[in-house]
Amino acid sequence: MRYGETGFNLEVDLSQGKSEKAETDPSLTEIHLGGQGTADRILWDRVPGEVDPFSPDNLLIFSTGLLDGTPVPGANRTIVNTFSPMTNLHAHSVMGGFFGPELKYAGYDKIVIRGKAPDLVYLWINNDNVEIRDASHLKGKGCHETAEFIRKELKQDKVQVAAIGMAGENRVYTASIDSSCGSAARGPGPVMGDKRLKAIAVRGTKDIAVARPAELFEVCRRLNKELADNPKVGDWMATDEDDSFHHDNFAWGNARVRRRGFWSKELEERWRKLKYDHMDRQRGCYNCPKACHNVISWPGRKRFSYKCYGKDTYHMAAFQELDFSYDMLGVAQEYGVDSYSTPQVIAFALELLEAGILTDKDFPGMPADVRGRFFYLLEKIVRREGIGDILANGVYHAARQIGKGAEAYDHNTVKKFEQLPIKLKKLNPPYFLMIATGEKMSITQIEGSFPQDPLPTREQREEFVNNWIACPDDKFKKWFLEWEKREVLPMEASCAITDWNEAMHYIDDSIGLCGFVSAFRGQFGGRTAYHVWNIPQLIALATGMDFDKEKLWKAFQRNRNLVRALNVRRGMRRKDEVPPADHWAVRDHEYEQKLLDAYYRFKGWNKDGIPSKETLDGLGMDYIRKEFEQKGILAS
Amino acid sequence: MHILPISKEKSGMKKIIKTIKTIKIDPSKCTGCRACEMACSTFHAKPKYATINPASSRIRVFWDEENDVYVPILAGEYTQAECNSRYIVTINKREYGECSFCRSSCPSRDLFKEPGSGIALKCDVCGEPMPEGGPMCVQWCANGALTYAPERTEEMELPEEEEEPGVEEL
Repeated sequence: MRYGETGFNLEVDLSQGKSEKAETDPSLTEIHLGGQGTADRILWDRVPGEVDPFSPDNLLIFSTGLLDGTPVPGANRTIVNTFSPMTNLHAHSVMGGFFGPELKYAGYDKIVIRGKAPDLVYLWINNDNVEIRDASHLKGKGCHETAEFIRKELKQDKVQVAAIGMAGENRVYTASIDSSCGSAARGPGPVMGDKRLKAIAVRGTKDIAVARPAELFEVCRRLNKELADNPKVGDWMATDEDDSFHHDNFAWGNARVRRRGFWSKELEERWRKLKYDHMDRQRGCYNCPKACHNVISWPGRKRFSYKCYGKDTYHMAAFQELDFSYDMLGVAQEYGVDSYSTPQVIAFALELLEAGILTDKDFPGMPADVRGRFFYLLEKIVRREGIGDILANGVYHAARQIGKGAEAYDHNTVKKFEQLPIKLKKLNPPYFLMIATGEKMSITQIEGSFPQDPLPTREQREEFVNNWIACPDDKFKKWFLEWEKREVLPMEASCAITDWNEAMHYIDDSIGLCGFVSAFRGQFGGRTAYHVWNIPQLIALATGMDFDKEKLWKAFQRNRNLVRALNVRRGMRRKDEVPPADHWAVRDHEYEQKLLDAYYRFKGWNKDGIPSKETLDGLGMDYIRKEFEQKGILAS
Repeated sequence: MHILPISKEKSGMKKIIKTIKTIKIDPSKCTGCRACEMACSTFHAKPKYATINPASSRIRVFWDEENDVYVPILAGEYTQAECNSRYIVTINKREYGECSFCRSSCPSRDLFKEPGSGIALKCDVCGEPMPEGGPMCVQWCANGALTYAPERTEEMELPEEEEEPGVEEL
């Protein structure tokens, strides 16, 4: 009997048009938890380092989190992993909504997809009945439009659908997979399109069993109330209309221009009115008491929802206001593109036009106004038409395909992936490490447990640490109490802080918790919902596996090193761990390299960022060590 | 529903006092999270809390995200036959068929039936005694879409022969 999880994966071979239900090894749950942890183990075992992301041998894995579908509030993530054509590295992608729990109720912990369908298909999973169905009539349809079509076609209004839009179908590198209010970005969209898989529809009506039911339910009932009442969890941006943080501090256009003082009370009031005049409601994900998603009806557009910084990216890239993002989001979400990378690619193209590297001939029929230009370029990108065919590959690749000096305009990517448009003065050492060494590709997926900045007075810092329940070790309290200048932190602290920040995300991505109730919230102190002190208990009550903080941390380390090993096997090395040159104005190359050395040592990696023999053996991953020795990646 | 026989005033009829338990639903406050389904299904699992399965819940959120319509519906009586009458509800300019907001467990559809066995499900407002803190779905609804109204009693007459078995089962 398996508790908390089903113990089965659905294996789908699209080339053969076959699927089978495969029992999984419970010992893997014990060492990798579930979600991304166990998915990455499958990628290690079954996708050799030479496999091209667009090869039929690349796998596309949809995972439920280990706690998805249990009473644990906010455990609802669907984690999608594959190898990304943008980076040629591991793709980390997560979405909220309802798909993961529904898949688990259908009797599966994962869907593991290999091969390529000859024509566009969709997968229909109705408990044990699995069909690969023709999707030619869904070609070109929007992500949510597709879901609507499928529900009607199957006459099943309770089906959850994860779909790609036109962007995914055309293998646009910034394409996403969308399901309900969730969106899975950073790599898997184009792979799903390459496999000619338009959508996955799932309906599950089976029981999930948990090991210690009454205790788990009681803990979760209390947690649900705590989450509901606690303003420190969930997306505060759903209700806090003061968004001066992003607008005054983040860079506009192609990650270039900071507009200090842009935000004003007048603007805030105007935007508040704009939002509430067009907002239908605020929505939540499965079994979560928070309502983070603003549902917007915008004239002439399909209804859409957004959360967090997602509402800012289009208008900030275009130097416009919120109404422009509202106008664009409904269109962009149906095409299925990542709202972080896509606006940057568009702004990059317009900058090249201004610089004369691209000319009017590259943009036939493009309107003169910036709003019109953004829509024009979005259309070109999702269709891969003209210049859009190049821009669809993301800033890094497009810059090199265009040449003629365009490379210099690719100033905000790391490992070929667009970063958040942040340009600051002085280095924050943990942020240097997170941006340089992170393999989840976006800082939002790495930061979050330790505060981004020091508090001004000792009294404030003391008050902060006294209520900081998420803190895993008193050393972090000591460092925070003594932290006065952003750029001054002991090296040991910078390493440990980066490690803790990463740890929480790796844990969330394996058990299915949302960062807004977990990994992203520790930095704000107080009563964060989930942390290393209560997660082990929840895992134990749900699954029956004995778990404590140390064992949880070990699982994080194993999963972290697994991702690193997957990427090292594909050629990633120290040379790739370079934040954007202009991320901070004041730089000290020597110090940064010492910091990187210290961090690699802290992680048990060698000078080139490769996990050492001792690290791998210590985590029970000698199978990786053996392959690395065989291939000469590690000395034998 | 809790029923106390109080008197027999005329032949064949019985006066009773019913305790009415009401869960109030405000669809405008529903976030569509379906925590109510989760909580109901596991509360009624056998053994209690051992399993979770929203498809066996006695409350279901009618869920149309494209049209932004979320309406929690509590399972009512089992009916032996599909209705003859018809109605259509229009919300946000979209028409919904007669079954969309129906509470009945009915031969014509799967809703409010135990998956697998097909046994009809009915909301018991969490039975007797009611869970401390109120019905489970209400306890888990963080946004006020479900609230529990104070109990009230109602006097009514029932023919003797209709007393059981249905009434006692409640």
